[in-house]
Amino acid sequence: MGKITGFLEYKRQDESYQSPKERIKNYKEFTIPLEEDKLKDQGARCMDCGIPFCHGGCPLGNLIPDFNDKVYKGKWKEAAEILHRTNNFPEFTGRLCPAPCEEACVLGINEDPVSIENIEKNIVETAFEEGWITANPPKLRTEKTVAVIGSGPAGLAAAQQLNRAGHTVTVFERDEKVGGLLRYGIPDFKMEKTVIDRRVKVLEEEGITFTTNAHVGENVDANKLKDEFDAIVLCGGATVRRSIPIPGADLKGVTQAMDFLKLNNQCVDGLVAFEAIISAENKNVIVIGGGDTGSDCIGTSNRHGAKSVTNFEILSKPTEGRPANQPWPYWPMRLKTTSSHQEGVERFFSISTKEFIGDNNGNLKGLKTVEVEWIFKEGERPQLKEIPNTEKEWDCELALLALGFTGAEKTLAEQFGLDMDFRTNIQASTKDYATNVPGVFAAGDMRRGQSLIVWAISEGRQAAHYVDAYLMGESHLPLKDDSDLPRV
Amino acid sequence: MLKKQGLYLPEFEHDNCGAGFICSLTGKRSNDIIHKALEILVKLEHRGAVSSDGVTGDGAGILIDIPHKFFKIFCDFELPEAGEYAVSNVFLPKKDNQRDYCINIFETEIKNQGLKLIGWRDVPVNSGVLGEIAKTTEPFVRQVFIGKSDESQSERAFNLKLFAARKIAEHTIYDSKLSESQFFYVPSLSTKIIIFKGLLKPEHINEYYLDLFNSALDTRLALVHQRFSTNTFPTWDLAQPFRYICHNGEINTLRGNVSRMFSREEIMKCDAFGDDIKKIIPTILKGKSDSATLDMVVELLLMSGRSLPETMMMLVPEAWEKNPSMSDAKKAFYEYNSCLMEPWDGPASIPFTDGNFIGAVLDRNGLRPSRYTVTKKGNVIMSSETGVVDIKPEDVEFHGRLEPGKMFLVDMNEGRIVNDEEIKEEIASRHPYREWLDDNLIHLRDISAKKGPILYDEIDLKKREIVFGYTEEDLNTIIRPMAQLGKEPIGSMGSDTPIAILSERPQLIYNYFKQLFAQVTNPPLDGIREELITDISLTLGCDVNLFDINPEHCKKLKIQNPVISKHDLDKIRNYDSNPDFNIESISMLYEVNRGLNELEVALENLVTKASKAIDEGANIIILSDRYVDENHAPIPALLACSYLNHALHKLKKRSKISLIIESAEPREVHHFALLFGFGASAVNPYIVNEIVQEQINSKDVTDLEYLAAIKNYNKAVGKGILKVMNKIGISTLNSYRGSQLFECVGINTATVEKYFPNTPTRIQGIGLREIEQEIVKRHKKAFQVNDTNVDIEVGGEYRWRRGQEKHMFNPLTVAKLQESVRTNKASTFKEYSELINNQSESLMTIRGLFEFDQFDPIPLEEVEPWTAIVKRFKTGAMSYGSISKEAHENLAIAMNRIGGKSNSGEGGEDQERFYKSSQGDWKNSAIKQVASGRFGVTSNYLTSASEIQIKIAQGAKPGEGGQLPGPKVNPEIAKTRNSTPYVGLISPPPHHDIYSIEDLSQLIYDVKSANREARINVKLVSEIGVGTVAAGVAKAKADVILVAGFDGGTGATPLTSQKHAGLPWELGIAEAQQTLVMNDLRNRIVLECDGQLKTGRDVAIACLLGAEEFGFATAPLVASGCIMMRVCHLNTCPVGIATQNPELRKKFKGKPEHVVNYMYFVAQELREIMAKLGFRTINEMVGQVQKLNRNKAIEHYKASGIDLTPILHKIDVPAGTKLYNTEQQDHNLEAHLDFKIIKQAHQALFRRQKTHLELPITNVDRAVGAIVSNEISKIYGADGLPEETINIDFNGSAGQSFGAFATKGLSFTVHGNTNDYLGKGLSGAKLIIKVPVESTIVPEDNIITGNVTLYGATAGEVYINGKAGERFCVRNSGAKAVVEGIGDHGCEYMTGGIAVILGEVGRNFGAGMSGGIAYVLDSDDAFKQNCNSADLNIDPIEFEADANQLRQLIESHYMATTSPLAKRILADWEVYLPKFKKVLPEEYRQALLRLEKEQLETA
Repeated sequence: MGKITGFLEYKRQDESYQSPKERIKNYKEFTIPLEEDKLKDQGARCMDCGIPFCHGGCPLGNLIPDFNDKVYKGKWKEAAEILHRTNNFPEFTGRLCPAPCEEACVLGINEDPVSIENIEKNIVETAFEEGWITANPPKLRTEKTVAVIGSGPAGLAAAQQLNRAGHTVTVFERDEKVGGLLRYGIPDFKMEKTVIDRRVKVLEEEGITFTTNAHVGENVDANKLKDEFDAIVLCGGATVRRSIPIPGADLKGVTQAMDFLKLNNQCVDGLVAFEAIISAENKNVIVIGGGDTGSDCIGTSNRHGAKSVTNFEILSKPTEGRPANQPWPYWPMRLKTTSSHQEGVERFFSISTKEFIGDNNGNLKGLKTVEVEWIFKEGERPQLKEIPNTEKEWDCELALLALGFTGAEKTLAEQFGLDMDFRTNIQASTKDYATNVPGVFAAGDMRRGQSLIVWAISEGRQAAHYVDAYLMGESHLPLKDDSDLPRV
Repeated sequence: MLKKQGLYLPEFEHDNCGAGFICSLTGKRSNDIIHKALEILVKLEHRGAVSSDGVTGDGAGILIDIPHKFFKIFCDFELPEAGEYAVSNVFLPKKDNQRDYCINIFETEIKNQGLKLIGWRDVPVNSGVLGEIAKTTEPFVRQVFIGKSDESQSERAFNLKLFAARKIAEHTIYDSKLSESQFFYVPSLSTKIIIFKGLLKPEHINEYYLDLFNSALDTRLALVHQRFSTNTFPTWDLAQPFRYICHNGEINTLRGNVSRMFSREEIMKCDAFGDDIKKIIPTILKGKSDSATLDMVVELLLMSGRSLPETMMMLVPEAWEKNPSMSDAKKAFYEYNSCLMEPWDGPASIPFTDGNFIGAVLDRNGLRPSRYTVTKKGNVIMSSETGVVDIKPEDVEFHGRLEPGKMFLVDMNEGRIVNDEEIKEEIASRHPYREWLDDNLIHLRDISAKKGPILYDEIDLKKREIVFGYTEEDLNTIIRPMAQLGKEPIGSMGSDTPIAILSERPQLIYNYFKQLFAQVTNPPLDGIREELITDISLTLGCDVNLFDINPEHCKKLKIQNPVISKHDLDKIRNYDSNPDFNIESISMLYEVNRGLNELEVALENLVTKASKAIDEGANIIILSDRYVDENHAPIPALLACSYLNHALHKLKKRSKISLIIESAEPREVHHFALLFGFGASAVNPYIVNEIVQEQINSKDVTDLEYLAAIKNYNKAVGKGILKVMNKIGISTLNSYRGSQLFECVGINTATVEKYFPNTPTRIQGIGLREIEQEIVKRHKKAFQVNDTNVDIEVGGEYRWRRGQEKHMFNPLTVAKLQESVRTNKASTFKEYSELINNQSESLMTIRGLFEFDQFDPIPLEEVEPWTAIVKRFKTGAMSYGSISKEAHENLAIAMNRIGGKSNSGEGGEDQERFYKSSQGDWKNSAIKQVASGRFGVTSNYLTSASEIQIKIAQGAKPGEGGQLPGPKVNPEIAKTRNSTPYVGLISPPPHHDIYSIEDLSQLIYDVKSANREARINVKLVSEIGVGTVAAGVAKAKADVILVAGFDGGTGATPLTSQKHAGLPWELGIAEAQQTLVMNDLRNRIVLECDGQLKTGRDVAIACLLGAEEFGFATAPLVASGCIMMRVCHLNTCPVGIATQNPELRKKFKGKPEHVVNYMYFVAQELREIMAKLGFRTINEMVGQVQKLNRNKAIEHYKASGIDLTPILHKIDVPAGTKLYNTEQQDHNLEAHLDFKIIKQAHQALFRRQKTHLELPITNVDRAVGAIVSNEISKIYGADGLPEETINIDFNGSAGQSFGAFATKGLSFTVHGNTNDYLGKGLSGAKLIIKVPVESTIVPEDNIITGNVTLYGATAGEVYINGKAGERFCVRNSGAKAVVEGIGDHGCEYMTGGIAVILGEVGRNFGAGMSGGIAYVLDSDDAFKQNCNSADLNIDPIEFEADANQLRQLIESHYMATTSPLAKRILADWEVYLPKFKKVLPEEYRQALLRLEKEQLETA
């Protein structure tokens, strides 16, 4: 398989980007794909390991060496087939996944890892281009009906899998369009929404019904659903946002990142007027939270034409290389510089926001911070300590809170009578994804708490298997094993 | 005989023997011949072993002419003339009443056959000489004298009647349930010869049988035999000679031969016997040795009117198939006979006699030594060694040897030696065999496809692939490379997946069977380099009466490669132009939805249908699993094939048909091997044909037409099967077919007995129901309702994939292990070991099924410290070459730091590593390996060892050799291996000096002589019978026996071997422990275990099962950075371990401390377990199986049937019998001739003074020079002494391994001759073998040295004034040798040095020769046809430098030996020079050019 000496001959090459100056002019994706020959060379770098750690590091268990080999050989169609065996939506993960696979790549021990994610994206894009991705409805329908609540990656994956098993699936989405965080959280410059639309179209053609503006618990009665459907899969996400309980948090201009991003995405989609968005134009923007959402806020702010963009992260600055206590093949916490960062931001670490300062009209005009340090003691949770005399004030008219999510909303749990765990996730184990209520299952962020898209798809697939087994007594839907690499 | 118990099965006993004969050509009878014959045996005693009591011999005997004169005197009744009566010693029950009963029955049968009982004579014996065991089984011996019915009765008629009478009496008595019925035995019953034998030592034969002392008793001939069994408690009747033969070697194909003899008897008819034939059969009595069985068949064939030589030619044919120089008549004879009898194959030197002829045959590969001497007084002496009877040089007429496949025959009546050619041509001309073949035998290739291919209408290929369990790996890793390249796929590292019974995934039934392989008691073969002795063609059709010799026998269909294509099968199906062939197809499908008994019912139906088809005249039956659909699942083809094979046996119809399997199941070599092994005669893997077609369409297979790709695939399978056969030492598929050389692991006895009878299965497991469940699982998956999303599985058998087959090393275990050793964190190691141990418990391994029991806790501090425990730890044998210098030295340093042992592997070692560095680290590998390639094995290398390991087999590929391709042999590696850079190196499958247990004993003696301080370790691989082999090895004086699991790693292996040969070590260690304890041999031996040992728990279980030392290989490599790439064979290891690429080597990040930490962690975990169980030391713990229990918690539909009690069986032995090593072997080195030399050459040794000595020598003086060289190496290292410092003239016949490892400064001359292994591992000495001056023989016509000369020699010179035997200069890499003629396989695997051959050259010269130069005097221009010339340049001597080199060597030869031939050549140089050919391997030529270029560049 593969080219035996490929990794010795070729260097890693990723797709390139339009220059920041160019790309911030609009909300389009700005990647410049590699030519096919170059991609094949990248595929050839895969060493076809006896133990493909990438495959273990991928929460979906993507058959990475297998599709890399096909790419190397130019067999794109077969590559696409292999890719879709484990991944319903590689066009999402190929754009958005932080690629734990690449961190686990054996070549990564002492070289640049194989550019797995980019290969993945190219496989699926080629497949769409060539028209290979078409509806493949089940041959026979069972008499069973399933409701999937939430149309994020977990819900979509569960729906497609269950539909394949022949069940009649209805997806309920509270927003006006399908996609969940994919649609409303991810800016278009990272993934244009046509990517979701073309996939949803296939799902519809396969026979899945999508009911939008259907907020279960609000405008759809949960108990009625229970009566109407033989099984229910909850994929509503972890949507409760973390806030920051400091003085001034209610000032105008202190904004949740998700509000900021959602409106912007809706605007790009033509669903809301330009005036309705929260604009960063000509503002000093401070994004609090150094994660991916924070990064998306930075990119969006720059596109708005912000005066300045600053980013705070309370944790200390990670190293660029792998930290010693997170050795290969584990997923390391290291300094990530995203394309949005490249577009212009000042980043500060070990910094804690103490107060938002407003003007007389209740508008945000600045904020106060203090530098912090973390105290690590064996066997104890790390402690945060403020460093005396490091207080500082910042000009700021727009503070975007990208602090993550604390769990699922309680509505569904209450309506269905479900147990929640201490982190306010719906309680269900990965053994069967079943909640305490028979016939009701949970998957994705709603079950595991906020996580990656790749995990959401994985959960949706796994849950589908158990739902199918619950309905039919046995299931032939594929199941991955439990050999995920743990976090250290 | 010992009873079956625990894991021990008595049928896996082996024996090896000393045999010989002496006869008088002049017909002169004497009593002296008997004494000389017995002297032969005494002189061969070193070829045997002593059992634990040391008194009871394993059996010996002598066959002589009937001493008519003697009987005339000593019988108290009248005797007819000589030849007019038959006589035999008869073994009878001890108890009077039972004895009378037997006598009565025998007498009745004699009368029934119309013969006359003349009388009985009590044989005077002296029971006082018997050992205890022999005494308990000693029979009462009487002689019976039987006369002809009447005077006119012909000799043949008389013999037939005698045969019938004896056979019927035997059957009657053995069936009688008499308590002492087994005492009854008639050693011979002949008008010509009589046999005296028993459980005796050779020197006691004539003390026991008092008659033999009597000078009135005389004979013209005497055939003697002494038996050495591995550990049998032997019986009187199995002592040899038998009635017509005796045998030194092993018949590997026995099981197939026996089963096919039984089917032949179904249709056996003979007018002389009439209805009695039913009482005479079965010919073969159960429970006898291979030799006894062969003898019974020889006897039967003699009764059919065939002569003894003809019979031997039939049973042990020479390799005729690929011999271009054999006469057509002879070929026709062999081909004809191959239609009715498969070869009885295996190493065999078989002396035989019927009183008229005495002679011997040697197996087709010449695997046993047989030397003979003709004296001027007319005696012929033949035996395994020369020099066994004292003959003055001037009395010798001729020295000869028996050649592979050849017959040596003395016509006693004509008083002359009949040469092989004469006797065989005469026999071959008795019938028009060629005509018969031409008229009757149909070749598949000649059948035309007249109707065109049959079209098949079947469901979607993918679905069928799922039904038959295909994976992407099957398609891409197995099938595709075979179709594309015609070669078997290669992999590396070991198998770490569960065995079939422990796998949670549905397994094909093939995976429950493990291939058997040869180790020690017989050699595996090299079917690649010695292809000319192999053959995979088969003939199909109905057998006819064995008693007839007529054209009917060859009315058969011959298939050259019985792995056939769909098109071939179509041709056979359609073949109707010959009324002799009646072909019937029977479906192997069953209705899958009809309930649980359906499979069983379907199997019965299959038999009924086949039986009916036979009754209706079918002679070829095709079993087919085509047309599976929603309702029809396939019966596993192997199950169907085996069951039908046996059921037809039972119905006595087996001989009427041949079976062809048309199945989608078989895809890899192992599958085909099993089908043939269980009775198939041809196989068409039709789905593979379709898959290949698809792969061509999808361009996965490129540049090939469909038929060519299929042919490639079939060829690859054919080659693979050959390899599987070769592993167990079988060279023809004809004798492999039906031989069932497999062990079943994981199927219960009831199922095996019914469907795979006579296959060992020891730990039980699944039955038919579970087999069916696995079929249903696959079938269901294929036909599930919504199949839109169904893909064939990825596989994950060879490379880890999630959700597929489990692997013990997976991302998490590797990550945890590496993290723990790098951070030295015990808690992380604990996480690792828990992952592994829990994996074990979740059914990965047999040890996973155990739990510790009977706790008796003690404080941890009381357990011996980890520093003591790690001294028992070793790292695995990995050569520098297979892994990088950095990785190799890393292991050595680590193990030396903790006092454990690292292993050099088979690749030599740079001598700079032998000495400690100034920083205190030591790169020396404590264990030096001696493997079949002998790379870098010199006196100095052996001297640097504290343990020397003889690798008989390795877990990843037992029974196979290896190859280091030229490009990998960089100058550094070449240096440590004493070879030429860029010249490929081959490790042959066998050690060419170990074809049997006595050979191993010799090699142990050789290497022990080369380093007396080192322990000698013999590495075996777990398989059924390994206990017996281990007992044999213990008797052969090994100090350590390593039993390795099948799952050990390797740098390269065919995937079939990685998975399907060998057993888990749990079985091997337990069996070895049980058998050694049973024989009270355990105390002499250190028992070591390796094979995927990973944690302290693994070690604890190995210890409780019997091991006391432990080897780790993969785990310390992982600790050093290995991430199980499994690309060791590709040189691309990305972490710098299994690579020689300098760039990649830089990536090696392992440190000795990582390995040390690993060993420490394992030892600590072990100590914790010891503390829990209550053991303070390892010694206390060894073999305490009661501390293990089956883990009750495990419930799994397959594994629940496993029965581990045989593994946990504790042998009931007398108190005080030791379960672990307590004493050292006595190697008996005191009598070694070298000590005499050392004593006399003191000045030379210590002061380098030139010394000259003169010493007598006999064949008992073995490995002469090895000890002296060891002493020299100790002082002077590899430099040795200055040239010709110690000069010795020896007079007589030198024993085996003369000059073994002899180093620089020694110059030995033998005036006489030498035996096998001259100059083994020669390390710089000069050896001269010359004809004594008194002798009148013509040197170049006579054999002066034996087989396997200069095996693995690295330097030195050898001058041989006469001919050498087989495999001259095998694997020579540096010595220069001149010889005056050689046998077959000359210069095999040679990689360097020069061989000058001034005379005859045998077949297959230069096979695998990759380096060095040979100059051959090709007087009759016949040399080229004897060459395996594919990769050789054979040219006249063109360059002056070559001519000068040649001339100089011949001059040296003349100087050393005064060879008349050399003198003639030198005198007439201009005439002779053009007759010489220079043999230069192409690879060597290229390498020399490259080196020259490199030198220029650096200059």
